[in-house]
Amino acid sequence: MKSLAELQKIKERALQRKRLGGQNARARIIVGMGTCGIAAGARDTMTAILKELEQRHIEDVIVTQTGCIGLCEYEPIVQVQVGSEELVTYGKIDTARVPELITKHIQGGEPVAEWIVK
Amino acid sequence: MIRARVMISGDPVSMSLGADEIKLAIEAELAFYGLEDEVQVGFVGQLGRLDVLPAVVVYPEGTLYGPLRLEDVPHLVEEHLYKGRIAESLLAPPNVLSGVIARLPAREGLLRGQERVVLRRAGIIEPTDIEEYIAYDGYFALGKALSEMSPAEVLQTIKDSKLQGRGGAGFPTGLKWSFVAGQQADKKYIVCNADESEPGTFKDRLILEGDPHAVLEGMALAGYAVGADEGWIYVRGEYALAKERLLTAIQQAEAMGLLGDNIMDSGFSFHIHLHSGAGAYVCGEETALLESLEGKRGIPRVRPPYPTVVGFRGQPTVINNVETLANVAPIILRSAAWFKSLGTERSPGTKVYTMLGDVNITGLIEVPMGITLREVIAAYGGGMRDDVPFKCAQTGGSAGSIIAPELLDVPMDYATMREHGASLGSGALLICNVNKCIVDIAYVVMRFFETESCGKCTPCRIGTLRMSELLNRLRHGQASLEDVSMLEEMAQAVAKTSFCGLGQGAPVSILTALRSFREEFEAHAQGSCPTGVCPMKTEPPEVIVRRGYL
Repeated sequence: MKSLAELQKIKERALQRKRLGGQNARARIIVGMGTCGIAAGARDTMTAILKELEQRHIEDVIVTQTGCIGLCEYEPIVQVQVGSEELVTYGKIDTARVPELITKHIQGGEPVAEWIVK
Repeated sequence: MIRARVMISGDPVSMSLGADEIKLAIEAELAFYGLEDEVQVGFVGQLGRLDVLPAVVVYPEGTLYGPLRLEDVPHLVEEHLYKGRIAESLLAPPNVLSGVIARLPAREGLLRGQERVVLRRAGIIEPTDIEEYIAYDGYFALGKALSEMSPAEVLQTIKDSKLQGRGGAGFPTGLKWSFVAGQQADKKYIVCNADESEPGTFKDRLILEGDPHAVLEGMALAGYAVGADEGWIYVRGEYALAKERLLTAIQQAEAMGLLGDNIMDSGFSFHIHLHSGAGAYVCGEETALLESLEGKRGIPRVRPPYPTVVGFRGQPTVINNVETLANVAPIILRSAAWFKSLGTERSPGTKVYTMLGDVNITGLIEVPMGITLREVIAAYGGGMRDDVPFKCAQTGGSAGSIIAPELLDVPMDYATMREHGASLGSGALLICNVNKCIVDIAYVVMRFFETESCGKCTPCRIGTLRMSELLNRLRHGQASLEDVSMLEEMAQAVAKTSFCGLGQGAPVSILTALRSFREEFEAHAQGSCPTGVCPMKTEPPEVIVRRGYL
């Protein structure tokens, strides 16, 4: 250890690994993982989301799960909340839709209107 | 990518209740669902809730589960980590403050998580991983001090912060440091007093187990401020896990160059050694500790000279409590003004307490100085157990005062408590309800001192034995009213004439109890125990001579 700058680097690296406190998160992605969601492929959707975030080095988004929200026919359901904006609920998010969802809503900040459950 | 963290309470109690197996079971279940790459599992120190061990916290939700049995694990993993629902049936009973989801009492409520100073990281980081400590600003205070501040500035900051020793006496830390800084000596030492042996006090253990680097960093900063290049931690012998965590922490810090020679290229070197005590209460007294640390029998030295002048190996030595040292890095990193914004004007900062006894939730809390006992019981203790009214509390372990209901609304800080003839002590809050007998409590306390007296001075050696005998006679209805007066006289004499803090502290419980509960003592002398706890009207107790040298 030679300097504060070096310490700062370790801190950033360690924070990336840990970054689950929730306070610093810029956005939340919530995947519906009720039995209905899992049956419709929510597990694969979740894996795809985690993989995409990792590949794009997006570090400030937390991914959590929730149970059935009562819209089983739209499963897999994914909810996205950026900052303090309103929670957006998407339906039928299979693995193919994940990259676009992340590009547009998480990175671009614009919800994908046609997938939103109304 | 890691999306969730499962933290298992890794304190000795949880370990003895099978926390190891629970960790293995969780890992096996995660592997079954193929979640091992996205869910991290690890141990943390004490989680702050002693009533629900072994406990598990799942982040990011911060859901607390416990007490957890091995057979609960499949359900927990399937529900929470696979399906993403809170496993309601396994939740820890909710704390009154936090509503639906049970949370750690120290993290919620009057002192919000981000305002904690000493326990900011405990229960959140993995204590055996130095990088997790660094992630939460660890070693930045040391880095800042070495690169931007002179030793005198570090010393002045601690002085300005009005930090007081958290071991019980409340002596100003900055002043103590300046005594050592002002000494001309080839060698100076920093000693960390981790010989925490007050019955009911275990805050230092939880700090050491949950955040060992905080203490190491505090010691290094103290060394920089006073010009010492060597530190010793004297750990209570029974604290096996704390010792293990400290050793790991020292090794990791040395490997990274955050301890050792020429830290951060500043020319400042600091080495820390660990020394294990062997179970004598008196070694928590700072001069007895030094004797023990030098390999001699643990008995107190004559003061003055104080350890700041003639300390470890005859050199000027700073001796600080674990919690005191854990406060140092946050003060240096933020500022003295920030520290003074917490707590009261005369006693700034926070205080860590262990709360036990007749309350609904026992455990570890960090609260601002100046909070009242009533608030602590209501907000953190979840009220009195079974709604049985409060009778008294003992602060600070066996050497602490008995706090009567009149003092429930007195702000708890060093100066205010002293004005009310009580002491804040080391940080245990033993809460007793009206079903407890004050004579019985006083007897149990005195038995402890009778056993732990080191024997060096007569008032303590004989006085504790005689007081304990007299209290036992009182418990059996075999003492008179004159005996109660004699007890008081004896207690005053022992307090005034004992050689060290052990003997001086031994009669504190009797003296403070007599002040508020004299009638109860006198009732025993007149043949009745108001609470019905004592074995009245039974055979007179035998006088057992326990020591050869009497």
